[in-house]
Amino acid sequence: MNGGQLTIDLAFTIFVLAILTGFAVISKVPATLHTPLMSGANSIHGIVLVGAMIIATSANDPVTYALSFLAVAFASLNVVGGYVVTDRMLQMFKRKPAAPKAEKAEG
Amino acid sequence: MTVNATTFDQIIRLFWLGGAVAFVLGLVRMNSPATARNGNLLSAGGMVMAIVATAVWLLVLPPTGSFNAFGWLIILAGIAVGGGYGLYSARTVKMTAVPQLVSLFNAVGGGAAALIAISEYVSHASAGTVPGLQDNVATVLDVVIGSVTFTGSLIASGKLMGLRITPSKPVRLPGGQVITGVLTVVVLVGGLYIFLGNVSMAVLLAVVAAALIFGVTMTLPIGGADMPVVISLLNSFTGTAVAMAGFVLNNPLLIIAGALVGASGAILTKLMADAMNRSVLNIMLGGFGGGEDTSAAVGGPGGSVREVSMDDAAIQLAYASEVIIIPGYGLAVAQAQHGVRELAEILEAKGVDVKYAIHPVAGRMPGHMNVLLAEANVPYTQLWEMEDVNPEFSRCDVALVVGANDVTNPAARKPGSPVSGMPILDVDHAKNIIVMKRSMGRGYAGIDNELYANPKTGMLFADAKAGLAELVAAVKAV
Repeated sequence: MNGGQLTIDLAFTIFVLAILTGFAVISKVPATLHTPLMSGANSIHGIVLVGAMIIATSANDPVTYALSFLAVAFASLNVVGGYVVTDRMLQMFKRKPAAPKAEKAEG
Repeated sequence: MTVNATTFDQIIRLFWLGGAVAFVLGLVRMNSPATARNGNLLSAGGMVMAIVATAVWLLVLPPTGSFNAFGWLIILAGIAVGGGYGLYSARTVKMTAVPQLVSLFNAVGGGAAALIAISEYVSHASAGTVPGLQDNVATVLDVVIGSVTFTGSLIASGKLMGLRITPSKPVRLPGGQVITGVLTVVVLVGGLYIFLGNVSMAVLLAVVAAALIFGVTMTLPIGGADMPVVISLLNSFTGTAVAMAGFVLNNPLLIIAGALVGASGAILTKLMADAMNRSVLNIMLGGFGGGEDTSAAVGGPGGSVREVSMDDAAIQLAYASEVIIIPGYGLAVAQAQHGVRELAEILEAKGVDVKYAIHPVAGRMPGHMNVLLAEANVPYTQLWEMEDVNPEFSRCDVALVVGANDVTNPAARKPGSPVSGMPILDVDHAKNIIVMKRSMGRGYAGIDNELYANPKTGMLFADAKAGLAELVAAVKAV
Protein backbone atom coordinates (compact mmCIF):
# COMPACT_ATOMS: atom_id res chain seq x y z
CA MET A 1 0.00 0.00 0.00
CA ASN A 2 1.00 3.61 -0.41
CA GLY A 3 2.76 5.96 1.92
CA GLY A 4 4.38 5.05 5.20
CA GLN A 5 3.90 1.38 6.04
CA LEU A 6 2.83 0.61 9.55
CA THR A 7 5.80 -1.30 11.00
CA ILE A 8 5.05 -4.27 13.24
CA ASP A 9 6.45 -2.64 16.40
CA LEU A 10 4.35 0.48 15.84
CA ALA A 11 1.25 -1.61 15.07
CA PHE A 12 1.78 -3.60 18.25
CA THR A 13 2.22 -0.41 20.30
CA ILE A 14 -1.09 0.94 19.00
CA PHE A 15 -2.75 -2.41 19.74
CA VAL A 16 -1.60 -2.53 23.38
CA LEU A 17 -2.47 1.12 24.08
CA ALA A 18 -5.94 0.64 22.58
CA ILE A 19 -6.53 -2.39 24.83
CA LEU A 20 -5.59 -0.32 27.90
CA THR A 21 -7.90 2.47 26.74
CA GLY A 22 -10.73 -0.05 26.36
CA PHE A 23 -10.25 -1.32 29.92
CA ALA A 24 -10.17 2.23 31.34
CA VAL A 25 -13.27 3.42 29.50
CA ILE A 26 -15.46 0.37 30.02
CA SER A 27 -14.91 -0.21 33.70
CA LYS A 28 -16.74 3.04 34.50
CA VAL A 29 -20.06 2.06 32.91
CA PRO A 30 -22.92 1.28 35.36
CA ALA A 31 -24.73 -2.07 35.11
CA THR A 32 -27.88 -0.29 33.89
CA LEU A 33 -26.21 0.38 30.58
CA HIS A 34 -24.46 -2.95 30.08
CA THR A 35 -26.72 -4.27 27.33
CA PRO A 36 -26.61 -1.02 25.32
CA LEU A 37 -22.86 -0.94 25.93
CA MET A 38 -22.42 -4.48 24.66
CA SER A 39 -24.46 -3.54 21.61
CA GLY A 40 -22.54 -0.28 21.15
CA ALA A 41 -19.16 -2.04 21.36
CA ASN A 42 -20.57 -4.59 18.94
CA SER A 43 -21.26 -1.84 16.40
CA ILE A 44 -17.73 -0.45 16.77
CA HIS A 45 -16.17 -3.66 15.51
CA GLY A 46 -18.27 -3.06 12.40
CA ILE A 47 -15.25 -0.91 11.45
CA VAL A 48 -14.21 -4.15 9.76
CA LEU A 49 -16.20 -2.66 6.85
CA VAL A 50 -13.15 -0.48 6.13
CA GLY A 51 -11.08 -3.64 5.71
CA ALA A 52 -13.75 -5.27 3.57
CA MET A 53 -13.75 -2.23 1.24
CA ILE A 54 -9.96 -2.38 0.95
CA ILE A 55 -9.99 -6.04 -0.12
CA ALA A 56 -12.89 -5.45 -2.52
CA THR A 57 -10.98 -2.78 -4.45
CA SER A 58 -7.91 -5.00 -4.78
CA ALA A 59 -9.88 -8.14 -5.69
CA ASN A 60 -9.10 -9.50 -9.16
CA ASP A 61 -10.67 -12.92 -9.61
CA PRO A 62 -14.07 -14.54 -8.97
CA VAL A 63 -12.98 -16.05 -5.64
CA THR A 64 -11.72 -12.80 -4.10
CA TYR A 65 -14.72 -10.89 -5.51
CA ALA A 66 -17.10 -13.37 -3.90
CA LEU A 67 -15.24 -13.27 -0.58
CA SER A 68 -15.18 -9.44 -0.69
CA PHE A 69 -18.91 -9.24 -1.37
CA LEU A 70 -19.69 -11.47 1.62
CA ALA A 71 -17.28 -9.50 3.80
CA VAL A 72 -18.80 -6.12 2.81
CA ALA A 73 -22.37 -7.38 3.30
CA PHE A 74 -21.55 -8.94 6.70
CA ALA A 75 -19.71 -5.85 7.90
CA SER A 76 -22.49 -3.50 6.76
CA LEU A 77 -25.06 -5.62 8.61
CA ASN A 78 -22.88 -5.33 11.71
CA VAL A 79 -22.45 -1.53 11.44
CA VAL A 80 -25.95 -0.44 10.46
CA GLY A 81 -27.87 -2.94 12.59
CA GLY A 82 -25.59 -2.39 15.57
CA TYR A 83 -25.91 1.38 15.73
CA VAL A 84 -29.65 1.44 15.01
CA VAL A 85 -30.56 -1.14 17.64
CA THR A 86 -28.29 0.53 20.23
CA ASP A 87 -29.96 3.87 19.53
CA ARG A 88 -33.40 2.27 19.94
CA MET A 89 -32.41 0.94 23.34
CA LEU A 90 -30.87 4.21 24.53
CA GLN A 91 -33.78 6.26 23.27
CA MET A 92 -35.89 4.65 25.97
CA PHE A 93 -33.69 5.94 28.75
CA LYS A 94 -34.57 9.50 27.82
CA ARG A 95 -38.11 9.39 29.18
CA LYS A 96 -39.06 11.35 32.30
CA PRO A 97 -35.64 12.87 32.90
CA ALA A 98 -36.88 14.90 35.90
CA ALA A 99 -35.10 12.91 38.59
CA PRO A 100 -36.43 13.26 42.13
CA LYS A 101 -33.42 11.36 43.39
CA ALA A 102 -30.78 10.44 40.87
CA GLU A 103 -29.34 6.96 41.15
CA LYS A 104 -25.77 7.17 42.16
CA ALA A 105 -24.41 4.31 40.17
CA GLU A 106 -21.19 5.91 39.11
CA GLY A 107 -18.02 5.24 40.93
CA MET B 1 3.25 12.71 -7.17
CA THR B 2 4.88 10.59 -4.46
CA VAL B 3 5.05 13.53 -2.05
CA ASN B 4 1.42 14.29 -2.72
CA ALA B 5 0.47 10.66 -2.27
CA THR B 6 2.23 10.53 1.10
CA THR B 7 0.58 13.75 2.27
CA PHE B 8 -2.77 12.46 1.09
CA ASP B 9 -2.23 9.21 2.98
CA GLN B 10 -1.44 11.18 6.11
CA ILE B 11 -4.61 13.25 5.81
CA ILE B 12 -6.68 10.08 5.47
CA ARG B 13 -4.96 8.66 8.53
CA LEU B 14 -5.91 11.77 10.49
CA PHE B 15 -9.56 11.14 9.59
CA TRP B 16 -9.14 7.55 10.79
CA LEU B 17 -7.69 8.90 14.02
CA GLY B 18 -10.76 11.15 14.31
CA GLY B 19 -12.96 8.06 13.97
CA ALA B 20 -11.01 6.24 16.69
CA VAL B 21 -11.32 9.25 19.01
CA ALA B 22 -15.07 9.31 18.40
CA PHE B 23 -15.31 5.61 19.37
CA VAL B 24 -13.46 6.20 22.65
CA LEU B 25 -15.40 9.36 23.56
CA GLY B 26 -18.65 7.66 22.56
CA LEU B 27 -17.95 4.83 25.01
CA VAL B 28 -17.07 7.37 27.74
CA ARG B 29 -20.42 9.07 27.18
CA MET B 30 -22.19 5.73 27.66
CA ASN B 31 -21.31 6.09 31.35
CA SER B 32 -24.59 7.73 32.24
CA PRO B 33 -28.11 7.31 30.90
CA ALA B 34 -28.30 11.05 30.23
CA THR B 35 -25.42 11.14 27.72
CA ALA B 36 -25.49 7.54 26.46
CA ARG B 37 -27.60 8.15 23.38
CA ASN B 38 -25.46 11.09 22.41
CA GLY B 39 -22.38 8.89 22.88
CA ASN B 40 -23.72 6.25 20.53
CA LEU B 41 -24.47 8.91 17.90
CA LEU B 42 -20.94 10.30 18.30
CA SER B 43 -19.57 6.81 17.76
CA ALA B 44 -21.79 6.36 14.68
CA GLY B 45 -20.59 9.73 13.36
CA GLY B 46 -16.97 8.61 13.74
CA MET B 47 -17.84 5.42 11.88
CA VAL B 48 -19.39 7.33 8.96
CA MET B 49 -16.39 9.67 8.82
CA ALA B 50 -13.91 6.76 8.81
CA ILE B 51 -15.82 4.92 6.10
CA VAL B 52 -16.17 8.00 3.87
CA ALA B 53 -12.45 8.80 4.31
CA THR B 54 -11.64 5.21 3.32
CA ALA B 55 -13.86 5.48 0.25
CA VAL B 56 -12.15 8.72 -0.82
CA TRP B 57 -8.73 7.16 -0.24
CA LEU B 58 -9.58 4.07 -2.29
CA LEU B 59 -11.03 6.20 -5.11
CA VAL B 60 -8.14 8.67 -5.32
CA LEU B 61 -5.26 6.28 -4.66
CA PRO B 62 -6.44 2.72 -5.35
CA PRO B 63 -3.97 0.23 -3.81
CA THR B 64 -3.75 -1.64 -7.12
CA GLY B 65 -3.01 1.55 -9.03
CA SER B 66 -6.15 1.59 -11.14
CA PHE B 67 -9.87 2.09 -10.55
CA ASN B 68 -11.55 -1.26 -9.93
CA ALA B 69 -15.12 -0.72 -11.21
CA PHE B 70 -16.33 -4.22 -10.41
CA GLY B 71 -14.84 -4.00 -6.93
CA TRP B 72 -16.84 -0.81 -6.30
CA LEU B 73 -20.00 -2.41 -7.65
CA ILE B 74 -19.46 -5.18 -5.11
CA ILE B 75 -18.95 -2.67 -2.30
CA LEU B 76 -22.17 -0.82 -3.15
CA ALA B 77 -24.15 -4.06 -3.53
CA GLY B 78 -22.78 -5.42 -0.27
CA ILE B 79 -23.62 -2.25 1.64
CA ALA B 80 -27.12 -2.22 0.14
CA VAL B 81 -27.81 -5.86 1.07
CA GLY B 82 -26.14 -5.95 4.50
CA GLY B 83 -27.03 -2.40 5.52
CA GLY B 84 -30.60 -2.78 4.30
CA TYR B 85 -31.19 -5.97 6.26
CA GLY B 86 -29.44 -4.46 9.30
CA LEU B 87 -31.67 -1.39 9.22
CA TYR B 88 -34.81 -3.49 8.80
CA SER B 89 -34.04 -6.03 11.54
CA ALA B 90 -32.81 -3.42 14.03
CA ARG B 91 -35.93 -1.29 13.61
CA THR B 92 -38.44 -4.11 13.76
CA VAL B 93 -36.96 -6.34 16.49
CA LYS B 94 -38.84 -6.65 19.77
CA MET B 95 -36.87 -5.42 22.76
CA THR B 96 -37.04 -8.85 24.39
CA ALA B 97 -35.32 -10.31 21.32
CA VAL B 98 -32.42 -7.84 21.28
CA PRO B 99 -29.78 -10.21 22.76
CA GLN B 100 -30.13 -12.71 19.90
CA LEU B 101 -29.97 -9.92 17.31
CA VAL B 102 -26.80 -8.50 18.90
CA SER B 103 -25.39 -12.02 18.75
CA LEU B 104 -26.26 -12.22 15.03
CA PHE B 105 -24.54 -8.88 14.34
CA ASN B 106 -21.56 -10.15 16.27
CA ALA B 107 -21.48 -13.34 14.20
CA VAL B 108 -21.31 -11.49 10.88
CA GLY B 109 -18.67 -9.09 12.23
CA GLY B 110 -16.45 -12.05 13.11
CA GLY B 111 -17.25 -13.65 9.76
CA ALA B 112 -16.24 -10.48 7.89
CA ALA B 113 -12.92 -10.34 9.78
CA ALA B 114 -12.16 -13.97 8.88
CA LEU B 115 -13.12 -13.41 5.23
CA ILE B 116 -10.66 -10.51 4.98
CA ALA B 117 -7.72 -12.68 6.02
CA ILE B 118 -8.88 -15.54 3.77
CA SER B 119 -9.20 -13.19 0.79
CA GLU B 120 -5.74 -11.71 1.39
CA TYR B 121 -4.35 -15.23 1.62
CA VAL B 122 -6.02 -16.21 -1.65
CA SER B 123 -4.39 -13.20 -3.32
CA HIS B 124 -0.98 -14.25 -1.99
CA ALA B 125 -1.55 -17.86 -3.09
CA SER B 126 -2.58 -16.94 -6.63
CA ALA B 127 0.21 -14.35 -6.99
CA GLY B 128 2.72 -16.85 -5.65
CA THR B 129 4.04 -14.45 -3.01
CA VAL B 130 4.94 -15.50 0.52
CA PRO B 131 3.67 -13.21 3.29
CA GLY B 132 5.95 -12.29 6.20
CA LEU B 133 5.84 -14.06 9.56
CA GLN B 134 3.74 -11.37 11.28
CA ASP B 135 1.22 -11.51 8.41
CA ASN B 136 1.01 -15.28 8.80
CA VAL B 137 0.51 -15.10 12.55
CA ALA B 138 -2.17 -12.43 12.18
CA THR B 139 -3.85 -14.35 9.35
CA VAL B 140 -4.10 -17.57 11.34
CA LEU B 141 -5.34 -15.79 14.49
CA ASP B 142 -7.86 -13.75 12.49
CA VAL B 143 -9.19 -16.77 10.61
CA VAL B 144 -9.41 -18.99 13.70
CA ILE B 145 -10.96 -16.41 16.08
CA GLY B 146 -13.26 -15.00 13.40
CA SER B 147 -14.55 -18.43 12.37
CA VAL B 148 -15.11 -19.62 15.94
CA THR B 149 -17.00 -16.40 16.65
CA PHE B 150 -19.09 -16.73 13.49
CA THR B 151 -20.54 -20.17 14.21
CA GLY B 152 -20.44 -19.74 18.00
CA SER B 153 -22.52 -16.55 17.86
CA LEU B 154 -24.98 -18.07 15.40
CA ILE B 155 -25.53 -21.02 17.77
CA ALA B 156 -25.89 -18.62 20.74
CA SER B 157 -28.41 -16.58 18.79
CA GLY B 158 -30.32 -19.73 17.84
CA LYS B 159 -30.39 -20.88 21.45
CA LEU B 160 -31.89 -17.58 22.59
CA MET B 161 -34.46 -17.78 19.80
CA GLY B 162 -35.29 -21.30 20.94
CA LEU B 163 -34.76 -22.85 17.50
CA ARG B 164 -35.26 -26.59 17.40
CA ILE B 165 -31.80 -27.35 16.00
CA THR B 166 -30.19 -25.30 18.79
CA PRO B 167 -32.11 -26.21 21.94
CA SER B 168 -31.73 -23.87 24.87
CA LYS B 169 -30.76 -26.69 27.17
CA PRO B 170 -27.16 -27.92 27.15
CA VAL B 171 -26.50 -30.46 24.40
CA ARG B 172 -23.97 -33.13 25.25
CA LEU B 173 -22.17 -34.26 22.12
CA PRO B 174 -21.12 -37.89 22.03
CA GLY B 175 -17.33 -38.01 22.07
CA GLY B 176 -17.22 -34.25 22.58
CA GLN B 177 -13.72 -34.26 24.06
CA VAL B 178 -12.34 -36.37 21.23
CA ILE B 179 -13.84 -33.99 18.65
CA THR B 180 -12.41 -30.97 20.48
CA GLY B 181 -9.02 -32.67 20.64
CA VAL B 182 -8.98 -33.45 16.92
CA LEU B 183 -10.08 -29.90 16.01
CA THR B 184 -7.39 -28.40 18.25
CA VAL B 185 -4.70 -30.55 16.64
CA VAL B 186 -5.86 -29.53 13.13
CA VAL B 187 -5.76 -25.82 14.08
CA LEU B 188 -2.35 -26.07 15.80
CA VAL B 189 -0.64 -28.14 13.11
CA GLY B 190 -2.21 -26.16 10.26
CA GLY B 191 -1.39 -22.88 11.97
CA LEU B 192 2.23 -23.89 12.54
CA TYR B 193 2.54 -24.99 8.90
CA ILE B 194 1.36 -21.54 7.76
CA PHE B 195 3.55 -19.73 10.33
CA LEU B 196 6.57 -21.42 8.80
CA GLY B 197 5.93 -19.59 5.52
CA ASN B 198 4.21 -22.36 3.55
CA VAL B 199 1.39 -21.07 1.34
CA SER B 200 -1.29 -23.72 0.99
CA MET B 201 -4.97 -23.01 0.43
CA ALA B 202 -5.86 -26.59 1.43
CA VAL B 203 -4.24 -26.17 4.85
CA LEU B 204 -5.90 -22.79 5.39
CA LEU B 205 -9.32 -24.20 4.49
CA ALA B 206 -8.76 -27.13 6.86
CA VAL B 207 -7.99 -24.65 9.65
CA VAL B 208 -11.12 -22.62 8.78
CA ALA B 209 -13.30 -25.74 8.76
CA ALA B 210 -11.90 -26.90 12.10
CA ALA B 211 -12.49 -23.46 13.64
CA LEU B 212 -16.06 -23.29 12.31
CA ILE B 213 -16.88 -26.70 13.79
CA PHE B 214 -15.15 -25.74 17.03
CA GLY B 215 -17.48 -22.72 17.36
CA VAL B 216 -20.45 -25.09 17.21
CA THR B 217 -19.11 -27.74 19.59
CA MET B 218 -17.99 -25.03 22.04
CA THR B 219 -21.41 -23.35 22.28
CA LEU B 220 -23.87 -26.26 22.00
CA PRO B 221 -23.10 -27.77 25.44
CA ILE B 222 -23.74 -24.44 27.21
CA GLY B 223 -27.18 -23.78 28.70
CA GLY B 224 -29.42 -20.94 27.48
CA ALA B 225 -29.15 -19.07 30.78
CA ASP B 226 -25.39 -18.75 30.27
CA MET B 227 -25.73 -17.31 26.76
CA PRO B 228 -25.25 -13.64 27.82
CA VAL B 229 -21.79 -14.45 29.14
CA VAL B 230 -21.02 -16.44 26.00
CA ILE B 231 -22.21 -13.63 23.69
CA SER B 232 -20.16 -11.12 25.62
CA LEU B 233 -17.09 -13.34 25.34
CA LEU B 234 -17.66 -13.81 21.60
CA ASN B 235 -18.10 -10.03 21.24
CA SER B 236 -14.64 -9.68 22.74
CA PHE B 237 -13.37 -12.36 20.32
CA THR B 238 -14.74 -10.46 17.33
CA GLY B 239 -12.96 -7.32 18.47
CA THR B 240 -9.72 -9.29 18.66
CA ALA B 241 -10.32 -10.83 15.22
CA VAL B 242 -10.91 -7.35 13.76
CA ALA B 243 -7.66 -6.13 15.35
CA MET B 244 -5.89 -9.11 13.71
CA ALA B 245 -7.46 -8.15 10.37
CA GLY B 246 -5.91 -4.74 11.03
CA PHE B 247 -2.49 -6.39 11.34
CA VAL B 248 -3.10 -8.32 8.10
CA LEU B 249 -4.06 -5.13 6.22
CA ASN B 250 -1.60 -2.87 8.09
CA ASN B 251 -4.53 -0.67 9.06
CA PRO B 252 -4.26 1.30 12.35
CA LEU B 253 -8.00 2.02 12.60
CA LEU B 254 -8.94 -1.67 12.56
CA ILE B 255 -6.27 -2.37 15.17
CA ILE B 256 -7.50 0.41 17.50
CA ALA B 257 -11.24 -0.27 17.18
CA GLY B 258 -10.76 -4.04 17.39
CA ALA B 259 -8.58 -3.80 20.50
CA LEU B 260 -11.07 -1.40 22.15
CA VAL B 261 -13.90 -3.89 21.67
CA GLY B 262 -11.71 -6.82 22.66
CA ALA B 263 -10.99 -5.09 25.99
CA SER B 264 -14.58 -3.99 26.58
CA GLY B 265 -15.99 -7.44 25.88
CA ALA B 266 -13.48 -9.01 28.25
CA ILE B 267 -14.42 -6.64 31.09
CA LEU B 268 -18.14 -7.10 30.53
CA THR B 269 -17.76 -10.88 30.41
CA LYS B 270 -15.96 -10.91 33.74
CA LEU B 271 -18.55 -8.60 35.33
CA MET B 272 -21.37 -10.89 34.24
CA ALA B 273 -19.64 -14.06 35.38
CA ASP B 274 -18.76 -12.42 38.74
CA ALA B 275 -22.37 -11.42 39.32
CA MET B 276 -23.36 -15.07 38.91
CA ASN B 277 -20.50 -16.15 41.14
CA ARG B 278 -18.99 -18.29 38.41
CA SER B 279 -15.79 -18.24 36.47
CA VAL B 280 -15.81 -17.73 32.72
CA LEU B 281 -13.86 -20.96 32.34
CA ASN B 282 -16.47 -22.84 34.34
CA ILE B 283 -19.22 -21.58 32.03
CA MET B 284 -17.30 -22.37 28.87
CA LEU B 285 -16.70 -25.92 30.09
CA GLY B 286 -20.42 -26.47 30.41
CA GLY B 287 -20.65 -25.73 34.14
CA PHE B 288 -23.15 -27.48 36.36
CA GLY B 289 -25.77 -28.61 33.87
CA GLY B 290 -27.91 -25.53 34.30
CA GLY B 291 -31.54 -26.34 33.48
CA GLU B 292 -34.03 -23.56 32.93
CA ASP B 293 -36.86 -22.66 35.24
CA THR B 294 -39.05 -25.42 33.82
CA SER B 295 -37.06 -28.24 35.41
CA ALA B 296 -39.12 -30.78 37.30
CA ALA B 297 -41.24 -29.37 40.06
CA VAL B 298 -39.83 -30.80 43.25
CA GLY B 299 -41.62 -30.84 46.58
CA GLY B 300 -41.21 -28.08 49.11
CA PRO B 301 -37.77 -26.72 49.91
CA GLY B 302 -37.18 -28.11 53.38
CA GLY B 303 -39.91 -26.43 55.41
CA SER B 304 -43.50 -25.90 54.43
CA VAL B 305 -44.52 -23.34 51.86
CA ARG B 306 -47.40 -20.93 52.37
CA GLU B 307 -49.60 -20.08 49.42
CA VAL B 308 -51.28 -16.71 49.14
CA SER B 309 -54.42 -15.91 47.12
CA MET B 310 -54.63 -13.21 44.47
CA ASP B 311 -56.98 -11.11 46.65
CA ASP B 312 -54.81 -11.37 49.76
CA ALA B 313 -51.79 -10.32 47.75
CA ALA B 314 -53.74 -7.37 46.30
CA ILE B 315 -54.78 -6.18 49.76
CA GLN B 316 -51.24 -6.42 51.11
CA LEU B 317 -49.93 -4.40 48.19
CA ALA B 318 -52.70 -1.78 48.19
CA TYR B 319 -52.32 -0.99 51.91
CA ALA B 320 -48.53 -0.92 51.93
CA SER B 321 -46.65 2.36 52.14
CA GLU B 322 -43.55 1.06 50.38
CA VAL B 323 -43.37 -1.78 47.84
CA ILE B 324 -40.23 -3.08 46.15
CA ILE B 325 -40.69 -5.10 42.96
CA ILE B 326 -37.98 -7.62 42.07
CA PRO B 327 -38.26 -8.49 38.37
CA GLY B 328 -36.29 -11.43 36.99
CA TYR B 329 -35.60 -13.70 34.06
CA GLY B 330 -39.11 -15.20 34.26
CA LEU B 331 -40.65 -11.77 33.74
CA ALA B 332 -38.47 -11.20 30.68
CA VAL B 333 -39.40 -14.59 29.23
CA ALA B 334 -43.12 -14.03 29.84
CA GLN B 335 -42.77 -10.48 28.38
CA ALA B 336 -44.68 -9.19 31.39
CA GLN B 337 -42.86 -5.84 31.68
CA HIS B 338 -45.96 -3.85 30.72
CA GLY B 339 -48.04 -5.67 33.33
CA VAL B 340 -45.58 -4.87 36.08
CA ARG B 341 -45.52 -1.18 35.10
CA GLU B 342 -49.34 -1.09 35.14
CA LEU B 343 -49.38 -2.60 38.62
CA ALA B 344 -46.81 -0.06 39.82
CA GLU B 345 -48.84 2.85 38.43
CA ILE B 346 -52.03 1.72 40.13
CA LEU B 347 -50.19 1.31 43.43
CA GLU B 348 -48.64 4.77 43.08
CA ALA B 349 -52.08 6.22 42.42
CA LYS B 350 -53.07 4.71 45.77
CA GLY B 351 -50.15 6.52 47.40
CA VAL B 352 -47.77 3.56 47.60
CA ASP B 353 -44.07 4.28 47.08
CA VAL B 354 -42.86 1.81 44.43
CA LYS B 355 -39.25 0.92 43.64
CA TYR B 356 -37.78 -1.71 41.35
CA ALA B 357 -34.79 -3.65 42.64
CA ILE B 358 -32.55 -4.61 39.74
CA HIS B 359 -29.98 -7.32 40.28
CA PRO B 360 -26.94 -6.86 38.02
CA VAL B 361 -27.74 -10.02 36.05
CA ALA B 362 -31.55 -9.74 36.04
CA GLY B 363 -33.03 -10.58 32.64
CA ARG B 364 -31.03 -12.15 29.88
CA MET B 365 -28.05 -9.82 30.01
CA PRO B 366 -26.73 -7.33 32.57
CA GLY B 367 -28.83 -4.22 32.19
CA HIS B 368 -31.36 -6.05 30.02
CA MET B 369 -34.07 -5.69 32.66
CA ASN B 370 -33.55 -1.92 32.67
CA VAL B 371 -34.04 -1.86 28.91
CA LEU B 372 -37.21 -3.96 29.09
CA LEU B 373 -38.70 -1.82 31.86
CA ALA B 374 -37.70 1.38 30.08
CA GLU B 375 -39.52 0.08 27.01
CA ALA B 376 -42.62 -0.32 29.19
CA ASN B 377 -42.28 3.36 30.17
CA VAL B 378 -40.93 2.78 33.67
CA PRO B 379 -38.90 5.91 34.55
CA TYR B 380 -35.32 4.91 35.16
CA THR B 381 -35.29 6.88 38.41
CA GLN B 382 -37.52 4.14 39.89
CA LEU B 383 -34.93 1.48 39.02
CA TRP B 384 -32.62 0.88 41.94
CA GLU B 385 -29.36 -0.97 41.69
CA MET B 386 -28.58 -3.73 44.16
CA GLU B 387 -26.23 -1.84 46.51
CA ASP B 388 -28.62 1.12 46.77
CA VAL B 389 -31.80 -0.86 47.29
CA ASN B 390 -30.59 -3.51 49.75
CA PRO B 391 -30.81 -1.20 52.83
CA GLU B 392 -34.35 -0.30 51.72
CA PHE B 393 -35.76 -3.82 52.12
CA SER B 394 -35.95 -3.65 55.94
CA ARG B 395 -38.15 -0.55 55.56
CA CYS B 396 -40.46 -1.86 52.87
CA ASP B 397 -43.82 -3.45 53.64
CA VAL B 398 -44.04 -5.80 50.70
CA ALA B 399 -41.39 -7.21 48.40
CA LEU B 400 -42.96 -8.59 45.22
CA VAL B 401 -40.72 -11.09 43.40
CA VAL B 402 -41.75 -11.70 39.77
CA GLY B 403 -39.82 -14.39 37.95
CA ALA B 404 -36.57 -13.96 39.90
CA ASN B 405 -35.14 -16.90 41.80
CA ASP B 406 -31.47 -17.47 42.58
CA VAL B 407 -30.68 -13.76 43.00
CA THR B 408 -33.03 -13.72 46.02
CA ASN B 409 -31.79 -16.94 47.69
CA PRO B 410 -30.49 -16.27 51.23
CA ALA B 411 -28.46 -19.50 50.95
CA ALA B 412 -25.91 -17.37 49.09
CA ARG B 413 -24.86 -15.80 52.42
CA LYS B 414 -23.79 -19.17 53.84
CA PRO B 415 -21.00 -21.39 52.61
CA GLY B 416 -21.59 -24.81 51.07
CA SER B 417 -24.15 -24.00 48.40
CA PRO B 418 -23.63 -23.58 44.64
CA VAL B 419 -24.72 -19.94 44.97
CA SER B 420 -22.54 -19.19 48.01
CA GLY B 421 -20.89 -15.81 47.77
CA MET B 422 -23.12 -14.59 44.95
CA PRO B 423 -24.33 -11.06 45.67
CA ILE B 424 -28.08 -11.21 46.28
CA LEU B 425 -30.99 -8.86 46.89
CA ASP B 426 -31.91 -8.82 50.61
CA VAL B 427 -35.54 -9.66 49.88
CA ASP B 428 -35.85 -11.67 53.11
CA HIS B 429 -35.40 -8.45 55.12
CA ALA B 430 -38.79 -7.16 53.93
CA LYS B 431 -41.78 -7.32 56.29
CA ASN B 432 -43.82 -9.35 53.81
CA ILE B 433 -42.75 -11.20 50.70
CA ILE B 434 -44.89 -12.25 47.76
CA VAL B 435 -43.31 -14.54 45.18
CA MET B 436 -45.08 -14.84 41.85
CA LYS B 437 -43.88 -17.99 40.13
CA ARG B 438 -45.30 -20.67 37.87
CA SER B 439 -44.27 -23.63 40.01
CA MET B 440 -41.83 -24.66 42.71
CA GLY B 441 -39.31 -25.37 39.93
CA ARG B 442 -35.72 -24.59 40.68
CA GLY B 443 -33.76 -21.72 39.28
CA TYR B 444 -30.77 -21.85 37.07
CA ALA B 445 -28.44 -22.94 39.89
CA GLY B 446 -30.61 -26.04 40.35
CA ILE B 447 -31.11 -25.61 44.10
CA ASP B 448 -34.09 -24.84 46.35
CA ASN B 449 -34.66 -21.24 47.33
CA GLU B 450 -34.73 -20.87 51.12
CA LEU B 451 -36.73 -17.68 50.67
CA TYR B 452 -39.83 -19.71 49.76
CA ALA B 453 -39.83 -21.51 53.12
CA ASN B 454 -39.60 -18.19 55.01
CA PRO B 455 -42.73 -17.72 57.18
CA LYS B 456 -43.03 -14.15 55.80
CA THR B 457 -43.26 -15.46 52.25
CA GLY B 458 -46.51 -16.11 50.41
CA MET B 459 -46.29 -18.00 47.11
CA LEU B 460 -48.54 -16.79 44.31
CA PHE B 461 -48.51 -19.50 41.66
CA ALA B 462 -49.15 -17.93 38.26
CA ASP B 463 -47.56 -17.15 34.92
CA ALA B 464 -45.97 -13.71 35.21
CA LYS B 465 -48.02 -12.10 32.44
CA ALA B 466 -51.44 -13.56 33.30
CA GLY B 467 -50.76 -13.31 37.03
CA LEU B 468 -49.89 -9.62 36.88
CA ALA B 469 -53.05 -8.89 34.86
CA GLU B 470 -55.12 -10.65 37.53
CA LEU B 471 -53.25 -8.84 40.29
CA VAL B 472 -53.87 -5.47 38.62
CA ALA B 473 -57.59 -6.24 38.47
CA ALA B 474 -57.60 -7.37 42.10
CA VAL B 475 -55.76 -4.24 43.31
CA LYS B 476 -58.21 -2.06 41.39
CA ALA B 477 -61.08 -3.80 43.19
CA VAL B 478 -59.62 -3.18 46.66
